[in-house]
Amino acid sequence: MKMLINGADRVVADALRGMAAAHPGLRVEVEHRLVLRGDAPVDGKVGLISGGGSGHEPLHAGFVGPGMLDAACPGEVFTSPVPDQMTRAAGAVDSGQGVLLVVKNYTGDVLNFDMAAELIEDEGIAVDRVVVDDDVAVTDSTFTAGRRGVGGTLFVHKLAGAVAQEGAPLSRVAEVGRRVAEASRSFGVALHGPTTPAKGSPTFDLPPDELELGIGIHGEPGRERRAMLSAAEIADVTVEALLADLPLSASEPVLCLTNGMGGTPLLELYGFHAEVVRALGERGVTLARSLVGNYVTSLDMAGCSVSLCRLDEELLRLWDAPVSTPGLRWGR
Amino acid sequence: MTGQVTERDAAFFQDWLVTAADAIRANADRLTDLDSAIGDADHGNNMRRGFSAVAAALADERPDTPGAVLLLGGRTLVSTVGGASGPLFGTLLRRTGKALGEAERVTDEELRVALETGIGAVGQLGGAAAGDKTMLDALLPALDALPDYAAAALAAEEGSRATIPLRAHKGRASYLGERSVGHEDPGAASAALIFRALHEVADR
Repeated sequence: MKMLINGADRVVADALRGMAAAHPGLRVEVEHRLVLRGDAPVDGKVGLISGGGSGHEPLHAGFVGPGMLDAACPGEVFTSPVPDQMTRAAGAVDSGQGVLLVVKNYTGDVLNFDMAAELIEDEGIAVDRVVVDDDVAVTDSTFTAGRRGVGGTLFVHKLAGAVAQEGAPLSRVAEVGRRVAEASRSFGVALHGPTTPAKGSPTFDLPPDELELGIGIHGEPGRERRAMLSAAEIADVTVEALLADLPLSASEPVLCLTNGMGGTPLLELYGFHAEVVRALGERGVTLARSLVGNYVTSLDMAGCSVSLCRLDEELLRLWDAPVSTPGLRWGR
Repeated sequence: MTGQVTERDAAFFQDWLVTAADAIRANADRLTDLDSAIGDADHGNNMRRGFSAVAAALADERPDTPGAVLLLGGRTLVSTVGGASGPLFGTLLRRTGKALGEAERVTDEELRVALETGIGAVGQLGGAAAGDKTMLDALLPALDALPDYAAAALAAEEGSRATIPLRAHKGRASYLGERSVGHEDPGAASAALIFRALHEVADR
Protein backbone atom coordinates (compact mmCIF):
# COMPACT_ATOMS: atom_id res chain seq x y z
CA MET A 1 0.00 0.00 0.00
CA LYS A 2 1.41 3.37 -0.98
CA MET A 3 0.92 6.16 1.55
CA LEU A 4 1.77 9.85 1.56
CA ILE A 5 3.92 9.66 4.68
CA ASN A 6 7.50 10.06 5.88
CA GLY A 7 7.29 7.02 8.13
CA ALA A 8 4.79 5.33 10.42
CA ASP A 9 6.29 6.80 13.59
CA ARG A 10 6.01 10.37 12.29
CA VAL A 11 2.48 10.36 10.89
CA VAL A 12 0.75 12.07 13.81
CA ALA A 13 3.45 14.68 14.43
CA ASP A 14 3.66 15.54 10.71
CA ALA A 15 -0.12 15.93 10.49
CA LEU A 16 -0.10 18.26 13.50
CA ARG A 17 2.61 20.39 11.92
CA GLY A 18 0.43 20.66 8.83
CA MET A 19 -2.63 21.61 10.85
CA ALA A 20 -0.64 24.32 12.57
CA ALA A 21 0.43 25.74 9.22
CA ALA A 22 -3.04 25.54 7.71
CA HIS A 23 -5.07 26.94 10.61
CA PRO A 24 -3.56 29.99 12.29
CA GLY A 25 -6.61 30.20 14.59
CA LEU A 26 -5.42 27.04 16.35
CA ARG A 27 -2.55 26.66 18.78
CA VAL A 28 -0.86 23.35 18.04
CA GLU A 29 1.66 21.87 20.46
CA VAL A 30 3.26 19.16 18.36
CA GLU A 31 5.55 17.95 21.14
CA HIS A 32 2.72 17.56 23.65
CA ARG A 33 0.21 16.31 21.09
CA LEU A 34 -2.35 19.03 21.70
CA VAL A 35 -4.56 21.13 19.46
CA LEU A 36 -6.04 24.15 21.25
CA ARG A 37 -8.23 27.10 20.42
CA GLY A 38 -5.80 29.95 19.75
CA ASP A 39 -7.67 32.17 22.21
CA ALA A 40 -7.90 29.59 25.04
CA PRO A 41 -8.69 29.91 27.88
CA VAL A 42 -11.84 31.81 26.96
CA ASP A 43 -13.09 33.94 29.87
CA GLY A 44 -16.18 32.62 31.59
CA LYS A 45 -16.40 29.57 29.34
CA VAL A 46 -16.33 25.89 30.27
CA GLY A 47 -13.48 24.12 28.46
CA LEU A 48 -14.56 21.27 26.21
CA ILE A 49 -11.87 18.63 25.75
CA SER A 50 -12.03 15.50 23.63
CA GLY A 51 -9.63 13.20 21.96
CA GLY A 52 -8.94 9.67 20.90
CA GLY A 53 -6.84 7.77 18.46
CA SER A 54 -5.62 9.54 15.34
CA GLY A 55 -6.92 8.30 12.00
CA HIS A 56 -10.49 9.56 12.49
CA GLU A 57 -9.95 13.05 11.04
CA PRO A 58 -11.49 15.55 11.10
CA LEU A 59 -12.55 14.09 14.48
CA HIS A 60 -11.18 15.31 16.96
CA ALA A 61 -8.61 18.01 16.22
CA GLY A 62 -10.61 19.25 13.23
CA PHE A 63 -13.45 20.18 15.57
CA VAL A 64 -11.45 22.60 17.71
CA GLY A 65 -12.63 26.19 17.49
CA PRO A 66 -15.38 28.61 18.51
CA GLY A 67 -18.68 26.76 18.98
CA MET A 68 -17.13 23.34 19.43
CA LEU A 69 -14.03 21.99 21.26
CA ASP A 70 -11.44 23.99 23.17
CA ALA A 71 -8.84 21.24 22.96
CA ALA A 72 -8.25 17.92 21.26
CA CYS A 73 -5.78 15.26 22.38
CA PRO A 74 -4.75 13.06 19.46
CA GLY A 75 -3.29 9.65 20.30
CA GLU A 76 -1.23 7.41 18.07
CA VAL A 77 -3.13 5.97 15.12
CA PHE A 78 -6.20 4.11 16.48
CA THR A 79 -4.72 4.33 20.01
CA SER A 80 -6.20 6.52 22.74
CA PRO A 81 -4.17 9.47 24.01
CA VAL A 82 -2.36 9.31 27.36
CA PRO A 83 -3.56 11.11 30.54
CA ASP A 84 -0.70 13.66 30.38
CA GLN A 85 -2.28 15.14 27.26
CA MET A 86 -5.71 15.66 28.83
CA THR A 87 -4.17 17.04 32.02
CA ARG A 88 -2.11 19.56 30.08
CA ALA A 89 -5.12 20.45 27.93
CA ALA A 90 -7.20 21.11 31.05
CA GLY A 91 -4.54 23.46 32.38
CA ALA A 92 -4.49 25.30 29.06
CA VAL A 93 -8.24 25.74 28.52
CA ASP A 94 -9.67 26.09 32.03
CA SER A 95 -10.84 29.66 32.64
CA GLY A 96 -11.97 28.83 36.16
CA GLN A 97 -15.28 27.36 34.96
CA GLY A 98 -13.98 23.78 34.77
CA VAL A 99 -13.66 21.33 31.90
CA LEU A 100 -15.85 18.69 30.31
CA LEU A 101 -14.22 15.58 28.85
CA VAL A 102 -16.04 13.95 25.93
CA VAL A 103 -15.01 10.29 25.74
CA LYS A 104 -15.90 7.59 23.23
CA ASN A 105 -16.77 4.28 24.83
CA TYR A 106 -13.68 2.31 23.88
CA THR A 107 -11.76 0.56 26.68
CA GLY A 108 -8.53 2.49 26.10
CA ASP A 109 -10.22 5.88 25.84
CA VAL A 110 -12.27 5.33 28.98
CA LEU A 111 -9.27 4.15 31.04
CA ASN A 112 -7.00 7.00 29.98
CA PHE A 113 -9.65 9.72 30.39
CA ASP A 114 -10.62 8.32 33.81
CA MET A 115 -7.01 8.52 34.94
CA ALA A 116 -6.81 12.04 33.50
CA ALA A 117 -9.99 13.13 35.31
CA GLU A 118 -8.43 12.14 38.64
CA LEU A 119 -5.25 14.08 37.89
CA ILE A 120 -7.22 17.13 36.69
CA GLU A 121 -9.27 17.10 39.88
CA ASP A 122 -6.05 16.87 41.90
CA GLU A 123 -5.00 20.12 40.26
CA GLY A 124 -8.09 21.83 41.58
CA ILE A 125 -9.92 22.09 38.24
CA ALA A 126 -13.61 21.11 38.21
CA VAL A 127 -14.11 18.24 35.77
CA ASP A 128 -17.00 16.19 34.46
CA ARG A 129 -17.21 13.70 31.62
CA VAL A 130 -19.65 12.46 29.02
CA VAL A 131 -19.20 8.98 27.59
CA VAL A 132 -20.61 8.56 24.09
CA ASP A 133 -21.94 5.06 23.31
CA ASP A 134 -24.23 5.46 20.33
CA ASP A 135 -23.44 2.36 18.26
CA VAL A 136 -26.53 0.17 17.97
CA ALA A 137 -24.54 -2.63 16.29
CA VAL A 138 -23.20 -3.70 19.68
CA THR A 139 -26.10 -5.22 21.58
CA ASP A 140 -24.50 -7.96 23.60
CA SER A 141 -22.84 -5.75 26.19
CA THR A 142 -22.55 -8.58 28.73
CA PHE A 143 -19.93 -10.16 26.49
CA THR A 144 -18.35 -7.05 25.00
CA ALA A 145 -16.88 -3.79 26.21
CA GLY A 146 -20.31 -2.25 25.56
CA ARG A 147 -21.64 0.05 22.88
CA ARG A 148 -18.94 1.97 21.07
CA GLY A 149 -18.83 5.71 20.69
CA VAL A 150 -18.86 6.53 16.97
CA GLY A 151 -20.56 9.15 14.76
CA GLY A 152 -22.72 10.56 17.55
CA THR A 153 -19.52 11.99 19.03
CA LEU A 154 -19.77 14.82 16.49
CA PHE A 155 -23.27 15.68 17.77
CA VAL A 156 -22.01 15.84 21.37
CA HIS A 157 -19.05 18.02 20.35
CA LYS A 158 -21.27 20.42 18.40
CA LEU A 159 -24.25 20.71 20.74
CA ALA A 160 -22.34 20.74 24.05
CA GLY A 161 -19.84 23.05 22.35
CA ALA A 162 -22.61 25.47 21.40
CA VAL A 163 -24.07 25.64 24.90
CA ALA A 164 -20.58 26.08 26.37
CA GLN A 165 -19.99 28.91 23.90
CA GLU A 166 -23.12 30.60 25.26
CA GLY A 167 -21.49 30.63 28.70
CA ALA A 168 -23.47 27.84 30.39
CA PRO A 169 -21.96 26.43 33.60
CA LEU A 170 -20.23 23.02 33.69
CA SER A 171 -23.24 21.18 35.11
CA ARG A 172 -25.40 22.42 32.27
CA VAL A 173 -22.85 21.73 29.52
CA ALA A 174 -22.45 18.20 30.88
CA GLU A 175 -26.24 17.76 31.03
CA VAL A 176 -26.59 18.79 27.38
CA GLY A 177 -23.73 16.46 26.43
CA ARG A 178 -25.35 13.52 28.19
CA ARG A 179 -28.77 14.36 26.74
CA VAL A 180 -27.31 14.38 23.22
CA ALA A 181 -25.42 11.14 23.80
CA GLU A 182 -28.61 9.46 25.00
CA ALA A 183 -30.58 10.76 21.99
CA SER A 184 -27.98 9.63 19.42
CA ARG A 185 -27.71 6.32 17.59
CA SER A 186 -25.33 5.17 14.87
CA PHE A 187 -24.81 2.20 12.58
CA GLY A 188 -21.85 1.63 10.25
CA VAL A 189 -20.99 -0.49 7.24
CA ALA A 190 -17.58 -1.38 5.80
CA LEU A 191 -16.87 -2.18 2.16
CA HIS A 192 -13.10 -2.39 2.58
CA GLY A 193 -10.85 -2.43 5.69
CA PRO A 194 -8.66 0.49 6.79
CA THR A 195 -4.88 0.46 6.33
CA THR A 196 -2.84 1.67 9.31
CA PRO A 197 0.57 3.21 8.57
CA ALA A 198 2.23 0.79 11.03
CA LYS A 199 0.86 -2.31 9.32
CA GLY A 200 0.72 -1.08 5.74
CA SER A 201 -2.02 -3.48 4.66
CA PRO A 202 -5.75 -3.61 5.53
CA THR A 203 -6.35 -4.52 9.17
CA PHE A 204 -8.97 -7.04 8.04
CA ASP A 205 -9.73 -8.79 4.78
CA LEU A 206 -13.07 -8.20 3.19
CA PRO A 207 -13.64 -10.03 -0.10
CA PRO A 208 -14.71 -7.80 -3.02
CA ASP A 209 -18.24 -9.22 -3.05
CA GLU A 210 -18.95 -8.90 0.67
CA LEU A 211 -19.65 -6.15 3.18
CA GLU A 212 -19.42 -6.02 6.96
CA LEU A 213 -22.46 -4.72 8.81
CA GLY A 214 -22.28 -2.96 12.15
CA ILE A 215 -18.64 -1.92 12.21
CA GLY A 216 -16.97 0.49 14.62
CA ILE A 217 -14.57 3.25 13.65
CA HIS A 218 -11.55 0.94 13.48
CA GLY A 219 -13.37 -1.54 11.32
CA GLU A 220 -14.12 -3.83 14.24
CA PRO A 221 -17.22 -5.85 13.52
CA GLY A 222 -20.50 -5.82 15.38
CA ARG A 223 -23.05 -7.87 13.52
CA GLU A 224 -22.41 -9.89 10.41
CA ARG A 225 -20.72 -10.27 7.07
CA ARG A 226 -22.95 -10.51 4.02
CA ALA A 227 -22.98 -10.53 0.23
CA MET A 228 -22.66 -6.98 -1.16
CA LEU A 229 -25.88 -4.95 -1.29
CA SER A 230 -27.03 -1.89 -3.25
CA ALA A 231 -27.06 1.56 -1.64
CA ALA A 232 -30.85 1.32 -1.27
CA GLU A 233 -30.60 -2.05 0.48
CA ILE A 234 -27.81 -0.84 2.78
CA ALA A 235 -29.92 2.21 3.66
CA ASP A 236 -32.87 -0.03 4.53
CA VAL A 237 -30.74 -2.30 6.77
CA THR A 238 -29.18 0.75 8.45
CA VAL A 239 -32.42 2.63 9.04
CA GLU A 240 -34.11 -0.53 10.37
CA ALA A 241 -31.26 -1.04 12.84
CA LEU A 242 -31.38 2.59 13.98
CA LEU A 243 -35.14 2.87 14.38
CA ALA A 244 -35.35 -0.45 16.21
CA ASP A 245 -33.31 1.26 18.92
CA LEU A 246 -34.48 4.87 18.62
CA PRO A 247 -38.24 5.16 18.23
CA LEU A 248 -39.08 8.49 16.61
CA SER A 249 -42.41 10.25 16.37
CA ALA A 250 -43.30 12.31 13.30
CA SER A 251 -43.35 15.59 15.22
CA GLU A 252 -39.74 15.40 16.51
CA PRO A 253 -37.00 17.26 14.69
CA VAL A 254 -34.36 14.69 13.68
CA LEU A 255 -30.74 15.32 12.81
CA CYS A 256 -28.92 12.93 10.46
CA LEU A 257 -25.21 12.52 9.78
CA THR A 258 -24.48 10.42 6.70
CA ASN A 259 -20.81 9.87 7.29
CA GLY A 260 -18.07 8.54 5.07
CA MET A 261 -15.42 6.34 6.68
CA GLY A 262 -12.59 7.96 4.73
CA GLY A 263 -12.38 5.86 1.57
CA THR A 264 -15.78 6.53 0.04
CA PRO A 265 -16.25 9.54 -2.26
CA LEU A 266 -18.97 12.16 -1.80
CA LEU A 267 -20.63 11.05 -5.04
CA GLU A 268 -21.45 7.74 -3.37
CA LEU A 269 -22.24 9.33 -0.01
CA TYR A 270 -24.80 11.75 -1.45
CA GLY A 271 -26.41 8.92 -3.40
CA PHE A 272 -26.51 6.87 -0.23
CA HIS A 273 -27.93 9.80 1.74
CA ALA A 274 -30.81 10.04 -0.76
CA GLU A 275 -31.61 6.41 0.05
CA VAL A 276 -31.37 7.08 3.80
CA VAL A 277 -33.85 9.97 3.43
CA ARG A 278 -36.13 7.73 1.37
CA ALA A 279 -35.89 4.83 3.87
CA LEU A 280 -36.60 7.18 6.80
CA GLY A 281 -39.50 8.80 4.93
CA GLU A 282 -41.11 5.42 4.28
CA ARG A 283 -41.09 4.92 8.05
CA GLY A 284 -42.60 8.29 8.80
CA VAL A 285 -39.42 10.18 9.69
CA THR A 286 -38.62 13.53 8.07
CA LEU A 287 -35.23 15.04 8.73
CA ALA A 288 -34.91 18.52 10.16
CA ARG A 289 -31.17 18.76 9.42
CA SER A 290 -28.64 16.70 7.48
CA LEU A 291 -24.89 16.62 7.34
CA VAL A 292 -23.15 14.57 4.63
CA GLY A 293 -19.42 14.01 4.36
CA ASN A 294 -16.32 12.41 5.86
CA TYR A 295 -16.43 13.51 9.52
CA VAL A 296 -15.74 10.50 11.74
CA THR A 297 -13.46 8.42 9.62
CA SER A 298 -11.37 5.29 9.83
CA LEU A 299 -8.30 6.16 7.74
CA ASP A 300 -9.01 4.93 4.20
CA MET A 301 -11.76 2.49 5.10
CA ALA A 302 -14.47 2.38 2.45
CA GLY A 303 -17.99 2.45 3.82
CA CYS A 304 -20.33 4.70 5.69
CA SER A 305 -22.24 5.21 8.87
CA VAL A 306 -25.52 6.89 9.66
CA SER A 307 -26.06 8.71 12.94
CA LEU A 308 -29.44 10.03 14.03
CA CYS A 309 -30.13 12.38 16.92
CA ARG A 310 -33.55 13.15 18.34
CA LEU A 311 -33.61 16.90 18.80
CA ASP A 312 -35.83 19.28 20.70
CA GLU A 313 -36.20 23.01 20.12
CA GLU A 314 -33.16 23.85 22.20
CA LEU A 315 -30.91 21.27 20.57
CA LEU A 316 -32.06 22.39 17.12
CA ARG A 317 -31.10 25.96 18.02
CA LEU A 318 -27.71 24.77 19.32
CA TRP A 319 -27.11 22.80 16.11
CA ASP A 320 -27.76 25.94 14.05
CA ALA A 321 -25.53 28.10 16.27
CA PRO A 322 -22.37 29.39 14.57
CA VAL A 323 -19.34 27.14 14.51
CA SER A 324 -15.88 27.84 13.21
CA THR A 325 -13.49 24.88 13.09
CA PRO A 326 -11.36 23.31 10.36
CA GLY A 327 -13.85 20.46 9.95
CA LEU A 328 -17.20 22.16 10.55
CA ARG A 329 -18.02 25.79 9.86
CA TRP A 330 -21.24 27.73 9.43
CA GLY A 331 -23.29 30.71 10.51
CA ARG A 332 -20.62 33.35 10.85
CA MET B 1 21.53 -23.43 52.28
CA THR B 2 18.53 -23.58 54.56
CA GLY B 3 17.30 -20.40 56.10
CA GLN B 4 18.94 -18.11 53.60
CA VAL B 5 16.49 -15.73 51.97
CA THR B 6 17.42 -14.04 48.71
CA GLU B 7 16.84 -10.31 48.76
CA ARG B 8 16.46 -8.22 45.63
CA ASP B 9 17.65 -4.64 45.40
CA ALA B 10 16.87 -1.76 43.04
CA ALA B 11 19.47 -2.98 40.53
CA PHE B 12 17.63 -6.31 40.21
CA PHE B 13 14.36 -4.54 39.43
CA GLN B 14 16.09 -2.22 37.01
CA ASP B 15 17.55 -5.27 35.23
CA TRP B 16 14.12 -6.87 35.16
CA LEU B 17 12.46 -3.95 33.37
CA VAL B 18 15.37 -3.41 30.97
CA THR B 19 15.34 -7.14 30.12
CA ALA B 20 11.57 -6.94 29.64
CA ALA B 21 12.07 -3.96 27.33
CA ASP B 22 14.55 -5.98 25.24
CA ALA B 23 12.10 -8.89 25.04
CA ILE B 24 9.23 -6.59 24.03
CA ARG B 25 11.44 -5.03 21.36
CA ALA B 26 12.50 -8.41 20.01
CA ASN B 27 8.89 -9.62 19.93
CA ALA B 28 7.17 -6.40 18.83
CA ASP B 29 6.34 -7.71 15.36
CA ARG B 30 4.89 -10.93 16.76
CA LEU B 31 2.75 -8.94 19.24
CA THR B 32 1.52 -6.70 16.43
CA ASP B 33 0.68 -9.75 14.32
CA LEU B 34 -1.34 -11.21 17.19
CA ASP B 35 -3.11 -7.86 17.56
CA SER B 36 -3.85 -7.58 13.87
CA ALA B 37 -5.84 -10.82 14.11
CA ILE B 38 -8.21 -9.60 16.84
CA GLY B 39 -7.38 -5.93 17.44
CA ASP B 40 -6.00 -3.07 15.41
CA ALA B 41 -2.42 -4.10 14.79
CA ASP B 42 -0.59 -1.72 17.10
CA HIS B 43 0.06 -3.59 20.36
CA GLY B 44 3.70 -4.39 19.56
CA ASN B 45 4.46 -0.84 18.51
CA ASN B 46 2.75 0.66 21.54
CA MET B 47 4.48 -1.65 24.02
CA ARG B 48 7.86 -1.12 22.36
CA ARG B 49 7.41 2.65 22.58
CA GLY B 50 6.42 2.40 26.24
CA PHE B 51 9.11 -0.01 27.41
CA SER B 52 11.81 1.87 25.50
CA ALA B 53 10.71 4.96 27.40
CA VAL B 54 10.84 2.97 30.65
CA ALA B 55 14.43 1.84 29.96
CA ALA B 56 15.42 5.43 29.13
CA ALA B 57 13.73 6.85 32.24
CA LEU B 58 15.42 4.27 34.49
CA ALA B 59 18.85 4.98 33.01
CA ASP B 60 18.20 8.66 33.56
CA GLU B 61 16.84 8.64 37.09
CA ARG B 62 18.32 5.46 38.63
CA PRO B 63 15.71 5.07 41.41
CA ASP B 64 17.29 3.57 44.53
CA THR B 65 14.57 1.25 45.83
CA PRO B 66 12.69 -1.64 44.18
CA GLY B 67 9.39 0.15 44.75
CA ALA B 68 10.65 3.35 43.14
CA VAL B 69 11.88 1.43 40.06
CA LEU B 70 8.46 -0.11 39.51
CA LEU B 71 6.63 3.16 40.23
CA LEU B 72 8.73 5.01 37.65
CA GLY B 73 8.24 2.17 35.17
CA GLY B 74 4.48 2.19 35.69
CA ARG B 75 4.14 5.96 35.44
CA THR B 76 6.21 5.96 32.25
CA LEU B 77 4.00 3.28 30.66
CA VAL B 78 0.84 5.24 31.52
CA SER B 79 2.41 8.36 29.99
CA THR B 80 3.63 6.81 26.77
CA VAL B 81 1.65 3.75 25.66
CA GLY B 82 -1.97 4.91 25.32
CA GLY B 83 -4.79 2.55 24.46
CA ALA B 84 -5.91 0.08 27.10
CA SER B 85 -2.41 -1.37 27.46
CA GLY B 86 -0.91 1.83 28.89
CA PRO B 87 -3.19 2.11 31.92
CA LEU B 88 -3.29 -1.67 32.47
CA PHE B 89 0.43 -2.50 32.27
CA GLY B 90 1.19 0.84 33.93
CA THR B 91 -1.11 -0.03 36.82
CA LEU B 92 0.48 -3.47 37.15
CA LEU B 93 3.91 -1.96 37.75
CA ARG B 94 2.76 1.11 39.66
CA ARG B 95 0.56 -0.72 42.15
CA THR B 96 3.15 -3.47 42.64
CA GLY B 97 5.78 -0.79 43.26
CA LYS B 98 3.53 1.05 45.69
CA ALA B 99 2.91 -2.19 47.59
CA LEU B 100 6.68 -2.72 47.95
CA GLY B 101 6.92 0.59 49.76
CA GLU B 102 10.29 2.17 50.45
CA ALA B 103 12.27 -0.94 51.39
CA GLU B 104 15.79 -1.01 49.94
CA ARG B 105 15.72 -4.79 49.56
CA VAL B 106 12.75 -7.11 49.20
CA THR B 107 12.40 -10.86 49.45
CA ASP B 108 10.85 -12.98 46.73
CA GLU B 109 7.89 -13.57 49.02
CA GLU B 110 7.44 -9.82 49.47
CA LEU B 111 7.50 -9.40 45.70
CA ARG B 112 4.87 -12.15 45.33
CA VAL B 113 2.58 -10.36 47.79
CA ALA B 114 3.12 -7.03 46.01
CA LEU B 115 2.41 -8.58 42.61
CA GLU B 116 -0.80 -9.99 44.03
CA THR B 117 -1.84 -6.39 44.77
CA GLY B 118 -0.70 -5.17 41.33
CA ILE B 119 -2.47 -7.95 39.45
CA GLY B 120 -5.60 -7.41 41.54
CA ALA B 121 -5.55 -3.73 40.56
CA VAL B 122 -5.31 -4.67 36.87
CA GLY B 123 -8.40 -6.89 37.20
CA GLN B 124 -10.29 -4.13 38.95
CA LEU B 125 -9.33 -1.41 36.46
CA GLY B 126 -10.18 -3.51 33.42
CA GLY B 127 -13.22 -5.13 35.03
CA ALA B 128 -11.94 -8.46 33.75
CA ALA B 129 -11.69 -11.93 35.25
CA ALA B 130 -9.88 -15.16 34.39
CA GLY B 131 -11.06 -16.56 31.06
CA ASP B 132 -11.99 -13.21 29.50
CA LYS B 133 -9.06 -13.55 27.05
CA THR B 134 -6.93 -10.76 28.53
CA MET B 135 -3.49 -10.26 30.10
CA LEU B 136 -4.96 -11.65 33.32
CA ASP B 137 -5.00 -15.11 31.76
CA ALA B 138 -1.19 -14.99 31.84
CA LEU B 139 -0.80 -12.98 35.04
CA LEU B 140 -3.01 -15.07 37.32
CA PRO B 141 -1.37 -18.48 36.64
CA ALA B 142 2.04 -16.82 37.01
CA LEU B 143 1.03 -15.43 40.37
CA ASP B 144 -0.07 -18.88 41.52
CA ALA B 145 3.38 -20.29 40.66
CA LEU B 146 5.37 -17.62 42.51
CA PRO B 147 7.80 -17.29 44.17
CA ASP B 148 9.25 -19.92 41.80
CA TYR B 149 10.25 -17.66 38.86
CA ALA B 150 10.89 -20.48 36.39
CA ALA B 151 7.48 -21.97 37.09
CA ALA B 152 5.85 -18.54 36.90
CA ALA B 153 7.38 -17.81 33.50
CA LEU B 154 6.17 -21.16 32.21
CA ALA B 155 2.71 -20.68 33.71
CA ALA B 156 2.39 -17.25 32.08
CA GLU B 157 3.37 -18.65 28.68
CA GLU B 158 0.96 -21.55 29.03
CA GLY B 159 -1.73 -19.16 30.23
CA SER B 160 -1.16 -16.97 27.21
CA ARG B 161 -1.39 -19.91 24.81
CA ALA B 162 -4.53 -21.05 26.63
CA THR B 163 -6.26 -17.85 25.49
CA ILE B 164 -6.27 -19.19 21.91
CA PRO B 165 -9.58 -21.11 22.15
CA LEU B 166 -11.27 -18.44 24.28
CA ARG B 167 -13.82 -15.88 23.17
CA ALA B 168 -12.87 -12.31 24.08
CA HIS B 169 -15.20 -10.53 26.50
CA LYS B 170 -13.21 -7.35 27.06
CA GLY B 171 -11.59 -4.65 24.96
CA ARG B 172 -11.80 -4.23 21.23
CA ALA B 173 -11.46 -7.95 20.52
CA SER B 174 -14.82 -8.48 22.22
CA TYR B 175 -16.58 -7.02 19.17
CA LEU B 176 -15.37 -9.98 17.12
CA GLY B 177 -17.48 -12.35 19.23
CA GLU B 178 -16.95 -15.94 18.06
CA ARG B 179 -14.41 -14.70 15.51
CA SER B 180 -11.98 -13.91 18.33
CA VAL B 181 -11.66 -17.66 18.96
CA GLY B 182 -8.48 -19.24 17.59
CA HIS B 183 -6.10 -16.35 18.28
CA GLU B 184 -3.71 -15.75 21.19
CA ASP B 185 -4.41 -12.59 23.17
CA PRO B 186 -1.63 -10.03 22.57
CA GLY B 187 -1.89 -8.59 26.09
CA ALA B 188 -1.42 -12.04 27.59
CA ALA B 189 1.57 -12.59 25.28
CA SER B 190 3.14 -9.35 26.53
CA ALA B 191 2.51 -10.33 30.16
CA ALA B 192 4.26 -13.66 29.49
CA LEU B 193 7.31 -11.80 28.14
CA ILE B 194 7.48 -9.74 31.34
CA PHE B 195 7.47 -12.88 33.51
CA ARG B 196 10.02 -14.55 31.22
CA ALA B 197 12.26 -11.53 31.81
CA LEU B 198 11.81 -11.83 35.58
CA HIS B 199 12.90 -15.46 35.45
CA GLU B 200 15.91 -14.63 33.28
CA VAL B 201 17.12 -11.92 35.63
CA ALA B 202 16.59 -14.05 38.75
CA ASP B 203 18.52 -16.87 37.10
CA ARG B 204 21.63 -14.78 36.42
